[in-house]
Amino acid sequence: MIHSLFLINQSGDIFLEKHWKSVIGRSVCDYFFEAKEKAVDPENVAPVLQTPHHYLISILRGKLFFLSVIQTEVPPLFVIEFLHRVADTFQDYFGDCSEGVIKDNLVTVYELLEEMLDNGFPLATESNVLKEMIRPPTILRSVVNTLTGGSNVGDTLPTGQLSNIPWRRAGVKYTNNEAYFDVIEEIDAILDKSGTTVCAEIQGVIEACVRLTGMPDLTLSFMNPRLLDDVSFHPCVRFKRWESERVLSFIPPDGNFTLMTYHVSSQNLVAIPVYVKQNISFFETGPCGRLDITIGPKQTMGKTVEGLMVTIHMPKAVLSANLTATQGNYSYDLATKVLVWDIGKLNPQKLPNLRGSLSMQAGVPRPEENPSLNIELKIQQLAISGLKVSRLDMYGEKYKPFKGVKYVTKAGKFQVRT
Amino acid sequence: MFFLSILPLRHDDLKEMLDSNKDSLKLEAMKRIVAMIARGKNASDLFPAVVKNVACKNIEVKKLVYVYLVRYAEEQQDLALLSISTFQRGLKDPNQLIRASALRVLSSIRVTIIVPIMMLAIKEAASDMSPYVRKTAAHAIPKLYSLDPEQKDQLIEVIEKLLADKTTLVAGSVVMAFEEVCPERIDLIHKNYRKLCNLLIDVEEWGQVVIINMLTRYARTQFLNPNINVNDDEDEDEEEKEKKAEAMAMAKRKPYVMDPDHRLLLRNTKPLLQSRNAAVVMAVAQLYFHLAPKAEVGVIAKALVRLLRSHSEVQYVVLQNVATMTIKRRGMFEPYLKSFYIRSTDPTQIKVLKLEVLTNLANETNISTILREFQTYIKSMDKDFVAATIQAIGRCATNIGEVRDTCLNGLVQLLSNRDELVVAESVVVIKKLLQMQPEKHSDIIKHMAKLTDNIQVPMARASILWLIGEYCEHVPKIAPDVLRKMAKSFTNEEDIVKLQIINLAAKLYLTNSKQTKLLTQYVLNLAKYDQNYDIRDRARFIRQLIVPTEKSGALSKYAKKLFLALKPAPVLESPFKDRDHFQLGSLSHLLNAKAGGYQELPDWPEAAPDPSVRNVEVKESVRAVGTVTYRDTGALWVFQGPQKMEGSEVTDLDSFKCLKLCLMGHVYLCRCMWTECDTQCGSDNLICQTFLSPFDSDLFSTESDSASGSESGSGSGEESGSGSQMLSFSTIAPSSTVKSYELLHRITGEGLSVEYCFSRQPFSSDANMVAVQMQFTNNSTSETKSLHMEDVKLQSGMRVKEFAEIESLPAGESATAVMGIDFCDSTQAANFQLKFFVSIQPPVGELMQPVFLTENEFKKEQGQLMGMNEITEKLTLDIKCRNEHAIVQRVTTTANLSRVPCGSDKECRFAGRTVTSGSLVLVTVVTKDEGATQLTVNCEKMVIGTMLVKDILLALTQ
Repeated sequence: MIHSLFLINQSGDIFLEKHWKSVIGRSVCDYFFEAKEKAVDPENVAPVLQTPHHYLISILRGKLFFLSVIQTEVPPLFVIEFLHRVADTFQDYFGDCSEGVIKDNLVTVYELLEEMLDNGFPLATESNVLKEMIRPPTILRSVVNTLTGGSNVGDTLPTGQLSNIPWRRAGVKYTNNEAYFDVIEEIDAILDKSGTTVCAEIQGVIEACVRLTGMPDLTLSFMNPRLLDDVSFHPCVRFKRWESERVLSFIPPDGNFTLMTYHVSSQNLVAIPVYVKQNISFFETGPCGRLDITIGPKQTMGKTVEGLMVTIHMPKAVLSANLTATQGNYSYDLATKVLVWDIGKLNPQKLPNLRGSLSMQAGVPRPEENPSLNIELKIQQLAISGLKVSRLDMYGEKYKPFKGVKYVTKAGKFQVRT
Repeated sequence: MFFLSILPLRHDDLKEMLDSNKDSLKLEAMKRIVAMIARGKNASDLFPAVVKNVACKNIEVKKLVYVYLVRYAEEQQDLALLSISTFQRGLKDPNQLIRASALRVLSSIRVTIIVPIMMLAIKEAASDMSPYVRKTAAHAIPKLYSLDPEQKDQLIEVIEKLLADKTTLVAGSVVMAFEEVCPERIDLIHKNYRKLCNLLIDVEEWGQVVIINMLTRYARTQFLNPNINVNDDEDEDEEEKEKKAEAMAMAKRKPYVMDPDHRLLLRNTKPLLQSRNAAVVMAVAQLYFHLAPKAEVGVIAKALVRLLRSHSEVQYVVLQNVATMTIKRRGMFEPYLKSFYIRSTDPTQIKVLKLEVLTNLANETNISTILREFQTYIKSMDKDFVAATIQAIGRCATNIGEVRDTCLNGLVQLLSNRDELVVAESVVVIKKLLQMQPEKHSDIIKHMAKLTDNIQVPMARASILWLIGEYCEHVPKIAPDVLRKMAKSFTNEEDIVKLQIINLAAKLYLTNSKQTKLLTQYVLNLAKYDQNYDIRDRARFIRQLIVPTEKSGALSKYAKKLFLALKPAPVLESPFKDRDHFQLGSLSHLLNAKAGGYQELPDWPEAAPDPSVRNVEVKESVRAVGTVTYRDTGALWVFQGPQKMEGSEVTDLDSFKCLKLCLMGHVYLCRCMWTECDTQCGSDNLICQTFLSPFDSDLFSTESDSASGSESGSGSGEESGSGSQMLSFSTIAPSSTVKSYELLHRITGEGLSVEYCFSRQPFSSDANMVAVQMQFTNNSTSETKSLHMEDVKLQSGMRVKEFAEIESLPAGESATAVMGIDFCDSTQAANFQLKFFVSIQPPVGELMQPVFLTENEFKKEQGQLMGMNEITEKLTLDIKCRNEHAIVQRVTTTANLSRVPCGSDKECRFAGRTVTSGSLVLVTVVTKDEGATQLTVNCEKMVIGTMLVKDILLALTQ
């Protein structure tokens, strides 16, 4: 299946290569570089490329390309999903997935890749299993290891790989037993010029952080599971129980994981937490334009809107912006033509406003389109869909764990057309 | 690792470090070497020094040596042989993980000379008792095959053996090996088909993808097209319709019935649409697309739309597949139209694909919304995207006649756009649209003729020229003038424009030679000396054709017909049309070209091959006895069954089977030890290795409240009589006679005694309630007044219909009343006050009502309740009940079931439905010699099933 993997940084240097079958020369990447050159924007490189003898499937994570070489038919999503899993694993191990971090931990990375694929077919991709075999580096351990010659390869055998619940390592012990669940909802919306909703939907995810001793069997139930229109689960969740009783029953992996993602039925009207009054215009005469944006609360369920931020990709002709913000700061990046207005907390008494003039390149025709606004925001302690966790029960262990649920609403792909 | 950044030492130093006695130095050296390999630097000259350390005790050094070895063994075959003996020793290690790792490295060394050793090792590992080692063996098969394809036949034998394996661990890997080595040997799958379907949900995600893709192909060869009676294409031409009609007429003669195995596959893959892994979701989606009846395919749309939230690479692949699906099954994605709306932040390649999907989804009803969306897209800064949008508008206009004029007007407006690319693209699209009805639109053609002064994009200029030439009759005045201008600029034009100028000249010459004769001559002369040979050729050809000379042949008479023939309008088609002959989700589909190793998706067979090939002997039970399944486990497992296994090591198969019940699901609850053991069921995987330490009974007590197990029954059992007590003395009672239970004893009731029984009559006022008949007897000397229920305490979901109040009950008299209780299909007690606190708890057998099924219906239903819904127990019948009559009587007394007719006298079948939810309960008792009997209960509600098994078991053995 997956023949080789090349990690490539943004300037086009291959800084790591790994082959699971016979070695394939680096020159195969030239086809990719060619496509990258053509695409201009790195995100526009086609993920699947055909070369005379190989197929190249690549993903872009952060600023790195993970490029895999394939020789025969394979579902492309299989490879893409796997490459993302590799990137996730690096993130999980080193806290970051950047060139520097990977270069610093080259040997660990290599050992991980060795365990994750066998002859190009995924072998161990569960973080719990991998961590049993290869311990993630910590500063203390690397100091100790260099002094004593110790290793970061586990000397215990990874029994988790043998069990029928491979996502959980055996022999977990904690003095403080705790289980925390974050219900994070994102509003994806497109609003048109007049503020009416073109489309809006809510995507939710439940992130869990479970540190429980032994083999706990958890049951999480909701007050209103009917809200959930479409769901996907971590493999630990038992489908049948969900289908028959609408509860999540599972033996959790140890540590952080995504328990489920969901989509809230699109039939329901989605509450839009803020409204935007905007007026961006470019004058026909004279090289300038005007910008005036006000943001106010709409349906916030009595909570405060925080972390408000507006990002605008300006037309190429906009040279600079001379604006005043009543709240927060704005910045205009001349190279990328991105205007960012960081507002912070939304005060309903005094609505934040950004206004001023834009200076345009002379002699260039007026841009036809007004740029759309991308909005980011955050509302603590609120799940905008109204989803509520009713209880968490634990079976199989006798101690009493600390339990907690946190709700956050964020703007996902929230766009206002102008 | 800290030293890595320091300048690389010379290789001699590394050699020295590798030769030292200290593990820490060796490790340091190995780390540097691996870092060299990772960066793509050559480290092959260190081979001898590294290989020496293959037997090093330090596990990390060893691992790194393996990494090195696998990388360089191919280049240094002779030296690599030195390491082989170490691995051979490893293959015999008592620890399964070491055996597996030795096999893994051995098989990864690409040295042809060790092929026989590898073959031997694989064969041995394939019958290893550890499933993990067997999994590794499966992984090794394709490695050996790629090294030496000659071994195919022997490897197929191993694959066949491993395919029969019943563990989830092995299933994915062996199917992977099957796909790489012998995908054509579909016959190997027959016997394992049902098992694979049933195991699927518990296989790891990557294995699921491979298995699902393989089963899609398998199903296409073995089952009939479920859509044979349905018109498949939404837009098909007449000829096809006729063919369909024929097929339908055929089909009418023989109505389509779906093979239960086909259904099994569809049913067992459906929950995987909820997987977090996009590849799994896509695999199920393509399976449904290729295999499911049209009415059922819709379920995949929601899951695919969900994937659009994922990484952009995932979106890219999913959208390609959705685009193909929308051509065939447009209706499926229509409700999700808005999910394909485009954001300005999407990468261009995603935008274009979404546009494709939106265009495919457009129909009469939603076109106005879609066009409004398109209008906003046209203003985008991303010009490639705008061009694609204009193309999309053109396609909508051709496909939907009602909006053609609106679209055309919109596009004409775009002609005055400031951006030249937009104008150019519009011209190209307008040209295509105009070809449909040119006579109506001569003013548009005039408008476009004016554009030639400004527009520079070659494709657009060429399009305009073609239009003017083609419809020169509509613009007789303008056309010659355009030609004049073009003749002037001819030498500076691009090649495609030049060709069109020649075309225009020729056409004008034929229709209006008076005005254009000289111009045409001039253009042809210019073209004659052009650099491009195509243009020179064309000029020569046209001159011969249109300018009559004495030499010109017969053709010139027909020149007008040749040039000004009526040309059919181009069909604007989706590039995704007909891509569905590739299996969706595959690389080949994405590239629209056959990739190496692609297996064609076969067409449905005309007649179904023999379905019995998939039958397996009873011994190899389909549901893979002993497989520890996890996700399929619906309920928490109630600790049930003969509890004789405490603390003992299980060695014989019978008690092993007893264990099975409690093992399935929550083995890990039992704080079990993972040990290895050689029982005769050694091949039977995980469970064999799972030996239970004495069960920690209080561990289970935490569960009992939710699981409503038998424990809760025994609490109140003392006074009210539990189900099993009843059984002990009601064996003679026929099913119609009912057993009474005491609700209130006359001493505790101060003279009032109450008995109740389950009358087994349907409760008239609510079909979901169990009728409970109560008999009140007043044993006291005084009258009892106003007997009614109060203070009813119920578990959630339960309901009670109270009996009518008995106003007075004189001394010594009796009265009866009927109440209804909805127990919610559980054996939880209903508690209430009847002057005194009382409680009614039903035996599980009373929670159901009989249904009548025919033998066939029974078999069909049973087929759908396999896997975890089936519980089988072996028992030895009580001496007194070794005949059919006794069995029937005992079973019907225990549970309110009706008998299902059956051809064999060795088999008794019973059927019922639970009162509240109406879930089917199917019981089968098969008798063999000497009272040996097998009892099978199939019930969707596993708790009910397990409890019922226990009750019937008691009734039959006592």
